[in-house]
Amino acid sequence: MNVEQKIIFSEQTLAIVSKIVSHYPEGKQKSALLPVLHIAQAEFGGWLSVPVMDYVASILNILPIEVYEVATFYSMYNTKPVGNCVIEICRTGPCWLCGAEEIISHLESKLKIKAGETTADGKFTIKLVECLADCGNAPVIQVGWDYHGNMTKEKADELIIDFDKNNKVSHKNPYEI
Amino acid sequence: MEKKILLANIETPDFGKFETFRKQGGYAAVEKALKTMSPENVVDEVKKSGLRGRGGAGFPTGLKWSFIDKSTNNPRYLLCNADEGEPGTFKDHYLILKNPHLLIEGMILSSFALGANTAYIFLRGEWFYLMKILDQAIEEAYAKGYLGKNILGTDFSLDLYCHPGGGAYICGEETALIEALEGKRGNPRMKPPFPAIKGLYQNPTCVNNVETIAAVPWIINNGGCEYANVGIGKSTGTKLISACGHINKPGVYEIEMGLPVEEFIYSEKYLGGIKNGKKLKAVIAGGSSVPILPTELILKTAKGEPRLLSYESLADGGFETGTMMGSGGFIVMDETTCMVKSLLNYSRFYHHESCGQCSPCREGTGWMEKILHRIEHGQGNMHDIDLLVDIAKHVEGNTICPLGEAAAWPVRSSILHFRKEFEAHVINKKCTFNNG
Repeated sequence: MNVEQKIIFSEQTLAIVSKIVSHYPEGKQKSALLPVLHIAQAEFGGWLSVPVMDYVASILNILPIEVYEVATFYSMYNTKPVGNCVIEICRTGPCWLCGAEEIISHLESKLKIKAGETTADGKFTIKLVECLADCGNAPVIQVGWDYHGNMTKEKADELIIDFDKNNKVSHKNPYEI
Repeated sequence: MEKKILLANIETPDFGKFETFRKQGGYAAVEKALKTMSPENVVDEVKKSGLRGRGGAGFPTGLKWSFIDKSTNNPRYLLCNADEGEPGTFKDHYLILKNPHLLIEGMILSSFALGANTAYIFLRGEWFYLMKILDQAIEEAYAKGYLGKNILGTDFSLDLYCHPGGGAYICGEETALIEALEGKRGNPRMKPPFPAIKGLYQNPTCVNNVETIAAVPWIINNGGCEYANVGIGKSTGTKLISACGHINKPGVYEIEMGLPVEEFIYSEKYLGGIKNGKKLKAVIAGGSSVPILPTELILKTAKGEPRLLSYESLADGGFETGTMMGSGGFIVMDETTCMVKSLLNYSRFYHHESCGQCSPCREGTGWMEKILHRIEHGQGNMHDIDLLVDIAKHVEGNTICPLGEAAAWPVRSSILHFRKEFEAHVINKKCTFNNG
């Protein structure tokens, strides 16, 4: 996240948040926490800083600790900065059987980082994940909200080139995709 | 074995749109139930059908519905568990993608049967693109009067919403799912009280899997007895099997219960045999949490009878020689697969996904992973193999939720059936396979 970026949702995003909150009974607005964290993460640089989590707590009228304990539990939320493009590689069971390790090694050597790290230019992060539930298309990777199945080294290269050349960002408000 | 209940007509162009689905007979069950049946009638038909929960547990659906506490005036909730995340299982993903309106129709019928006026579909958070498909379908159903107030002019009203998760396998456990829907960590709750008494916001709640709910419209249209005629014995109806691994045709197949496993694996109609002409070594038949079986036991039971894709036949022989239907996640492994490395992979998964509430699970899953890591890398000893079995037995049955069993059974069954491979790693001080 850009340090100068003001932590406040746009009117448009606030309208989405209000709609989500309306899905739950009165007084149960905490139920909206998971979806709102997805939005906050996408809109504030792909990760959840303490000020971002505090902001989410304030708009849902819950305690900041209630947000922290959730944000640190679920694997989809990043509590440390990530690159513009987060490449999530499934490495479990069927993906492993179908060559996930080869894809992981290839991406690590191509981007010159280890899984869990971000490139020095801040463009790419490699993240290993457990089962994306698309095992019929193994090996599978997810970039942003898009699944890419039957992954090969060539396909992985194409994805990187596309993001690099077009300065793409993988984190987008999921309610606006 | 050509019966299609869940995936019928899915290749029709624009089948995911309301009009196309309606023209193919969609929403007729809602018309029938809301206008001519009582909620009790719907529950009875589901009971008669013998439908069992398709998420993995296989509990009779009608019976589960009848546990809902009707003694209070508190709101009741129906939650659809679409938090699919068991390795090898991707059937719900496919069903929602291909047939979103069938799930919505099932949600309406099930909510009517339970007396729920609000229902949620809890989707795994990675699936926002599927949520978009479902949200569009839900919007169409509202516009056509199948959702909202006084559906089709009747007294029944229902609001239906999608809710995304945050990426935690444990939320597939019903009480963890409820916690997550309340905006908390997905820590399973102690039972009792069961969700049927105190579930979402402490109100009576029923949690059913996507595939279970999607079967209800056919049951209402055709009658519970007709559904019970499909399949074999107490394994009634059809089942979605998601097949993957070393096979020629991975994908989701709707089979009539009772199909021989051998036919499923080798027939061109289904999996088309093992990839690259290799030999079959082992199968995990119901998602990664069920016991693994070697070739001889997955194709035939210990009695020498053909193994069938049914709850009873897969379980035949108990833990020693059988397995479970589970979620229907069918993972096929060929002769090149290292069983130690495979087990290490699954053990890492369960360690990663343990919520950490119970000591046996939190500590046991990590301990098992650590031991497997050293065996795989040639640093283990023979005592480690027995120690693994011992730890697994102490984790199993000693946790709040079934993640303990899910982590323990692959360990126990892999060592039971492939012990020589574990010993070979210890003796040779290395892995003699070169796969993965």
